[in-house]
Amino acid sequence: MKLNVKIKRYNPEEDEAPHWETYEAPADPLDSALALLLHVKWYEDGTLTFRKSCAHGICGSDAMQINGENKLACSILVQDLVSGDGDTVTFAPLPGSPVIKDLVIDQSRFFEKYRAVKPWMITDGPAPERERLQSPEDFDMIEDATKCIMCGACTHSCPSTWADPDYLGPAAMLKAYRYNLDTRDDGSNDRLDVVDSKDGLWKCYTIFNCVQACPKGIDITRWLSALKRQAVSSQL
Amino acid sequence: MTFSHDVVIVGAGGAGLMAALYAKEGGADVGVVSKLHPLRSHTGAAQGGIGAALGNMEEDSWLWHAFDTVKGSDYVGDQDAIETMCKDAPRTIVELEHYGVPFSRNKEGKISQRRFGGHTRNFGEAPVRRACHAADRTGHTILHTLYDQCLKNDVRFYDEFQVLDLIMNDDDECAGVVAYEILTGEIHTFHAKTVCFATGGFGRAFKTTSNAHAGTGDGMSIFLRNGLPLEDMEFVQFHPTGLYRLGILITEGARGEGGILRNSDGERFMERYAPTVKDLAPRDLVSQCIYQEIRQGRGIKGKEYVHLDMTHVGSEILEKKLPEITMFSRTYLGVDPLKEPIPVAPTAHYAMGGIPTDYDGRVEIGQRGDIMPGLYAAGECACVSVHGANRLGTNSLLELVVFGRRAGMAMAKEVKEGKDFAAMPDNPEQRTRDMLDTILSRNDGEPVVNVRNDLQETMMDNVSVFRNDETLTTALDDLQELRERANNVVVRDKGKKFNTELMDAVEIQFMVDYAEAVAASAHHRTESRGAHSREDFPKRNDDDWLQHTLFHSDGKGNFEFGRKEVAITRFQPKERKY
Repeated sequence: MKLNVKIKRYNPEEDEAPHWETYEAPADPLDSALALLLHVKWYEDGTLTFRKSCAHGICGSDAMQINGENKLACSILVQDLVSGDGDTVTFAPLPGSPVIKDLVIDQSRFFEKYRAVKPWMITDGPAPERERLQSPEDFDMIEDATKCIMCGACTHSCPSTWADPDYLGPAAMLKAYRYNLDTRDDGSNDRLDVVDSKDGLWKCYTIFNCVQACPKGIDITRWLSALKRQAVSSQL
Repeated sequence: MTFSHDVVIVGAGGAGLMAALYAKEGGADVGVVSKLHPLRSHTGAAQGGIGAALGNMEEDSWLWHAFDTVKGSDYVGDQDAIETMCKDAPRTIVELEHYGVPFSRNKEGKISQRRFGGHTRNFGEAPVRRACHAADRTGHTILHTLYDQCLKNDVRFYDEFQVLDLIMNDDDECAGVVAYEILTGEIHTFHAKTVCFATGGFGRAFKTTSNAHAGTGDGMSIFLRNGLPLEDMEFVQFHPTGLYRLGILITEGARGEGGILRNSDGERFMERYAPTVKDLAPRDLVSQCIYQEIRQGRGIKGKEYVHLDMTHVGSEILEKKLPEITMFSRTYLGVDPLKEPIPVAPTAHYAMGGIPTDYDGRVEIGQRGDIMPGLYAAGECACVSVHGANRLGTNSLLELVVFGRRAGMAMAKEVKEGKDFAAMPDNPEQRTRDMLDTILSRNDGEPVVNVRNDLQETMMDNVSVFRNDETLTTALDDLQELRERANNVVVRDKGKKFNTELMDAVEIQFMVDYAEAVAASAHHRTESRGAHSREDFPKRNDDDWLQHTLFHSDGKGNFEFGRKEVAITRFQPKERKY
């Protein structure tokens, strides 16, 4: 089939404001949305710019807004975006961060917030000779959160993030959860100092946009709620 | 601009990050330069496990691991390096665990381990559980954890800076690298006392690959263009189980958990080829067997694929231990592995060859011990060589961590012992500037995609699992023409900001260089060994070929070969049976 590929274009060296361009691309129902973009870039207009790498949903490069929802372009198929020949698929950059060019956003704030939550193992005392033990049940508590690929689909779907650029957002706080609930870690208080704050957990109003946006199916709001409980009980 | 660091590391996957951590810990000032944000590196795509004789599930020993690796390499891996790696593997896993890698656990709370191809107990008796894993996202969790450790240790990153050249001065010393900042289009120089390349592999030279779009082997071509050799480039691994048509990896862990390969008759064909380990034979063998089945008319529906049958394995294992590949199969092929077999075919996966190094990551420019001071390489772009003619699954993640660490320590030591900056030549970035200006100023020509498609096609048709004189000659002829075409592509994007089309144009030029190294080295080696299967020379020939190939090129299509001896310590070459 043939599809219309409608893309929000912006080249800071030429354009005063973003504008929409539409291209035609051949497509198979099992093609990914990324394949549509690659077709446009390779065969129609080499100036089209977007990030990509692994093309199967593990590197997190190609999160963007597709048909109005935050998706990984490589992980959503044409058959799930259109009903047939001549339909249109729209592509826009993730909302909420400055656009560098076309579908490429400036992620520096996003990664600053990630770093702010101290996303690394903090332990007291010397490490044992062998691995630290962790029961399969304790591992299960964090496993879902370890799936996060830091693509930004969640944070850029969150109204609290759109409203307040200083809000840490779901991706960063999910990382805080991942370490805070890890039975091997002793750094919960260090991270709660960051997330239990006016820019942190309490601006999560459980809107669940993040859960809907997550391409890895992570139950983000549930884990942030668990982190809220940890924050409250640490005050008692 | 000119940046200056004691240690500059190019690439931020597992090897680069590990080298950074250890160079930093050793007191050096470190800068990591990567064309992707570190978390986008292809280490994250490694699925099934990282090998170590921890013995958490059953008895195991590093010596068995070393034997399996030597045998897997078809005896052309260097045994001193293999011993170093396998001996260090258990300590390495414990270190990763202490860094915070969320490994899956067994009932005792220890790191869970599973079976993988070519890994056996007691020197080949039966499969052993050696692959430590975090479900089937092992590489992902290691990559993220190492990045987190680098943040903790304030490693300086230059994200989305693409390195395009090495800086060699008149005394043939490496003074640093030249990088193109993708965001701004500026060309920068990095002055360094030591440089380590950790730039990954080149699966993208083939039409069907498990590799990321970024897997374009830039580092290897940069070495070639600076007069340095590449080792064993003929050995390219085709992973037996890529998703049909797409090449997306389905981990060997799927067979480690009980998956079975079947042909169009429903037959478990690996029983015929490898009676002892069956579906857990090493990858070179399994890929060759799949193609044999297809050639003999037993591909599914007459097409070029076979089935990976997981239907008997059960939902518990699929959902819990193999969730990612279960999702890939459902998402990309609409096949639910619980209910029907997964269509799979071999996919270009891993470069055994690369930049020759010793086991401390020091670049060797000729025979063993012939070191280029200050220059290092680690990870897939390097050839230590622990994989020889065929890598065992789980040994790539292990290699990244073990040899990335060793390179980091060696660089820190070199700096501490007083290694100074090499003199910077005048206008070190001139060659890069000229290359980019030439591309940008051209207004007529063909687009990159045409050249890349033709290159990937000829490499897939002529230089993949089976090769012969005719196919390799065809590929080399094609590559001569492709070099001309790659040097004359046109880009429409002439801008400075985030010009990815310009980088595509550079990468296709690099791609010709290493593709030629692969095809020419494969043509040169007139025997079959490991992943290098010559139909016109079907037997292994230890008398003439128990050695490494060194490929030198002038970057203009003229090349020559050297040889390097194989280190043999304990395991004498034997016929390889599974």
